[in-house]
Amino acid sequence: MSENVEKYIKRKVYKSTSSRIAQKFVDAGLEKIRACINCGTCTGSCPSGRRTAYRTRSAIRRALTGDESVLKDIDIWLCSTCYYCYERCPRDIPVTDMIIKLRNIAVEEGYILDSHFGLANDIFYATGHGVPATGENNKKWRDLRESYGLPPLPPTVHSYPEAVKECQELMNAVGFRKLLDNAAKLKEERAQAAKKDKEE
Amino acid sequence: MSEDYKWRYGFFLGCVIPNRYPMIEASIRNVFDYLGAELLDLPGASCCPAPGVFRAFHIPTWFVIAARNISIAEELGVSPITGCNGCYGTLRDAWYELEHDYDKKKEVNEYLAKIGRTYKGNFEPKHVIQAFYLDMGLDYLKDFIKLKFSDLKVAVHYGCHIVKPSEKRPWNGEYEAPRFLDEIVEITGAKSIDYKDKYMCCGAGGAVRTAVKEVAADFTREKLVNMRDAGVDIIINCCPFCHLQLDLGQVEVNNFYGDVIGEPFHIPVIYITQLLGVAFGMDPNLLGLIKNHELQGVSPFISIDPFLNIVKEQLI
Ligand code: SF4
Ligand code: SF4
Repeated sequence: MSENVEKYIKRKVYKSTSSRIAQKFVDAGLEKIRACINCGTCTGSCPSGRRTAYRTRSAIRRALTGDESVLKDIDIWLCSTCYYCYERCPRDIPVTDMIIKLRNIAVEEGYILDSHFGLANDIFYATGHGVPATGENNKKWRDLRESYGLPPLPPTVHSYPEAVKECQELMNAVGFRKLLDNAAKLKEERAQAAKKDKEE
Repeated sequence: MSEDYKWRYGFFLGCVIPNRYPMIEASIRNVFDYLGAELLDLPGASCCPAPGVFRAFHIPTWFVIAARNISIAEELGVSPITGCNGCYGTLRDAWYELEHDYDKKKEVNEYLAKIGRTYKGNFEPKHVIQAFYLDMGLDYLKDFIKLKFSDLKVAVHYGCHIVKPSEKRPWNGEYEAPRFLDEIVEITGAKSIDYKDKYMCCGAGGAVRTAVKEVAADFTREKLVNMRDAGVDIIINCCPFCHLQLDLGQVEVNNFYGDVIGEPFHIPVIYITQLLGVAFGMDPNLLGLIKNHELQGVSPFISIDPFLNIVKEQLI
């Protein structure tokens, strides 16, 4: 990235902006956003923005200006990844991919919803499936499979315990375990701080 | 390859098909076999991983787990094939990106080496619809049609990731108004009805359903209203997560938005292979259309009896 772009991303100093976060935006390759001409095609194409306060262009803008508040908003989690903005952006900015990268940084900073954390930690990491059929709660789904002439468990990680181990080994090596543990720690710290604030 | 089969694929199940909508799994397996296409199991395959959640949490994890899944098919010498738009999005995008980024591919293989696997990238990940439309072709499918609907109005729902990002898909860049799924539906004699914002997202994807169910259901509400206004009998789709969102989502829409929708919704949601199968004259039991259990709280959540009645009246 050119020096100018780097300067531009770090230039605007919002109250909540830390240059550490601005640096993360730079490292994630969000400089493509610099081509944005603020036309609003993304927002205008967005089925989520039609019913929520999420505004694609504005999220993109905040990322470009290094405004870290974009990471805390639930907004970036309301993108359904329909790819309309990505396809229609007249400046060829891969908008959806930029949102995905923002979410990666949000998780790194511990901004992840409880429901998403549970899905990643208790389900995906533990079983290798995002929607599992194991466990007592899911017996009805195994029975349902059998009612259609299928084995109770599919020939996936569910039938190969060593495959779950393989996936976990990969997730550990690539940093997923550490990422989740760190997010859990940051979430807990924030919860404690909020509790203390309230008491005071 | 066994002599009797013209095509062979590695059936990538994903999560929602085997673990929530097994009738879709049964119908894909039996329809492919009927059409002379062999589906091999991919032993030990995992979640793709889902593009809206796990990729959004950690892109590097998404790459290595996707590459591991693809490598299982490569070992068998086949393309992985999926009936899910989400899995398609992951497997195909990861494959496309790794084939365009040598360093990334090398890095992914360094991780896979730890578990004794290699990703080569020599087999293109495919969607069930891609096999029908591009590998087999409409004319081939037409030869199998034994029975035709005389009056069945269908709301075709494509979903998003089957066509987008368009440069990573095999449809010549078409994403605004594709026709391939309508064409497949119409060989059964059914009519694909135009409805407002037909290509709109169902609302489930991108972690939205897990984040705020009411927002996902509001997408669905809009689609359902437009479908009902167009006077459709059933919904046909090619993705189990859209399927879930349009099926279970109807119950949620009826609950959350009962005050604005008027009559509650009860439009049967049918997966494409279930529709094709009945037109091929296959036993509905093989297509997961006949309920053989007394389980509570399982799919389908919206009764498909109106569709079965149409099948009885028009086809048998
Ligand atoms: S469509 Fe592209 S150029 Fe237009 S506002 Fe959105 S990101 Fe910027
Ligand atoms: S991909 Fe996300 S941000 Fe873009 S139009 Fe779709 S829902 Fe909106």
